[in-house]
Amino acid sequence: MILTPEQQALLNGEKGETMAKVVKTLVMYGDAFDAERMVPVTSEYGHTVISFGLKTLGPVYDLYQKLLDEGLLSKQKFTADPRPLDKNVPSSFLEDIVFNKLMYSRQASYEKQLEEMGLLDEDSYTCTSYLPQVGNVPKQGDILSWAESSAVIYANSVLGARCNRNSGILELMGSVAGFVPEFGLLTDEGRKAHWIVEVRCEHKPEAQLLGSAIGLKVMEDVPYVKGLDKWLGTELTDEATTYLKDFGAACASNGAVGLYHIENLTPEAKQQGESLIREDAKVYVIDDAELQRVKESYPVIWKDPDAKPALCFVGCPHMTLKQLEDWTDNVTRQLEENGRTKVTVPTVFTASTPVIKEFNKTERAGKLADAGVVVSYICPLMYMNNPLCKKKPVITSSNKLRTYTSSRYYTEAEILDIITGKEGSR
Amino acid sequence: MKTFQGRVIVPGTCTAEALVSHGGFNTLASYQMALQFGDKKVKCGDQSNPDIYKKSMLAKALCLPMTIGSTTGGMVLFGACQMGKQPACLLFSETIDSLAAAGAILGDVWTDVSMPVVDRLGQEFLDYVQTGMTITVKEDGVVEVSGE
Repeated sequence: MILTPEQQALLNGEKGETMAKVVKTLVMYGDAFDAERMVPVTSEYGHTVISFGLKTLGPVYDLYQKLLDEGLLSKQKFTADPRPLDKNVPSSFLEDIVFNKLMYSRQASYEKQLEEMGLLDEDSYTCTSYLPQVGNVPKQGDILSWAESSAVIYANSVLGARCNRNSGILELMGSVAGFVPEFGLLTDEGRKAHWIVEVRCEHKPEAQLLGSAIGLKVMEDVPYVKGLDKWLGTELTDEATTYLKDFGAACASNGAVGLYHIENLTPEAKQQGESLIREDAKVYVIDDAELQRVKESYPVIWKDPDAKPALCFVGCPHMTLKQLEDWTDNVTRQLEENGRTKVTVPTVFTASTPVIKEFNKTERAGKLADAGVVVSYICPLMYMNNPLCKKKPVITSSNKLRTYTSSRYYTEAEILDIITGKEGSR
Repeated sequence: MKTFQGRVIVPGTCTAEALVSHGGFNTLASYQMALQFGDKKVKCGDQSNPDIYKKSMLAKALCLPMTIGSTTGGMVLFGACQMGKQPACLLFSETIDSLAAAGAILGDVWTDVSMPVVDRLGQEFLDYVQTGMTITVKEDGVVEVSGE
């Protein structure tokens, strides 16, 4: 790693021991991947994955305080992942005690630290910071110091920005220093595809299932996906980007994918075509049977696999405005078809605060509330991460939530049938 | 006994019992419940990893191909180091991934914990080593595996 004189001076302690440690962390990180230099962070905003004030992670917040005390703030304003708590989301008395007293007792103090560190604003807590309503939308070629697997893969793939799969805290180090080591997905070579994925399904594949299958197969490699433009088209419409948001989140959480290319659709695939594919690329063919095999491979860890669902989460990652609108239309239509007025399973749709504010301006907001669905800015994953919720039979259309919690995955159509009480759905 | 040569990411030495994950190790899914609720044995909570699900990870020589999953992974590993609940060492058959590297390096730079990390040990290492075997890590990235 060759550092500039300014970077070397920081490493030597010119701005104190703590800043030297920040730079040392970034240098060791770069050395692990044979990076030859640091490159400036060029995006307007950062994004941090750590949005939760967990009681047990006190030493992590001590590190934040150390940085704050020495005036080492993020050089950019930044957005953060969703908050772990929302009183509108159904929870028992016991769960409230666990959430507020045992788990997230440091939430208020940590949010204060984030504000001091450079949080963009109060509405910035979402995993979908890249949506236009939130406004943290990097340009193609921007260098990012972000963490949040679903946001990083979206920024890389759909927006053409450049970001490695940084860990929480590491992204903060890059934002404080203003530079990151150049390796992996920051380089042209690192963005080339190791896999050709040929989608040969008879029907449009479920985004979260297709992403899961690819993630489980290619792990951290870059896939070049052929055959998906048949359903998504060749322009990044609302429908296409919504699909890619969910597809990417599943790729990133079921495997470790940080970038994908969709033939004829995503920016680099449109600009560079098959020259993005490595000569030694392997081939993975996906048809309907393969997707079914993957779905059936998911373990069901409910104590009673036939239990009636106690809660349903849709929106991990947070829903887009179009998703909220489409789900509202589908829920109300199907409730009517099933002769019901309210959902039969307590249901929470999650989205960013700016998207919820937009949604609340529409007539659909009232219809969804009348149907008994709660709309929340919460992070379902953080809601689920405790022994009480682990025992609760929760269903979801999110393959990310399935991966990290005891929740059970169903396709969107299956979820719709279940929550609207369609006969024989479960 | 069999010896393997890897690349040192975080230097150090240790001797510990092997715990082997043949699939990708999901750091968040493996550690989250144990860290949040004070599981003294630090049992693996990743239901998708049959190799090590419900097994204690504390002070074990964790042998794995790579880590996968959420980008909180490095922070989680760093948190485990700060709480003294880290593995004895991390031994990767492949090149280390960015999340594991971040966690290991944060642990090395910002805590007093010693958790040697060696990568590029090769598939033969992962094929040979079995849970329960004894692992010795040397300063230069040599890893000795002994026992049945």
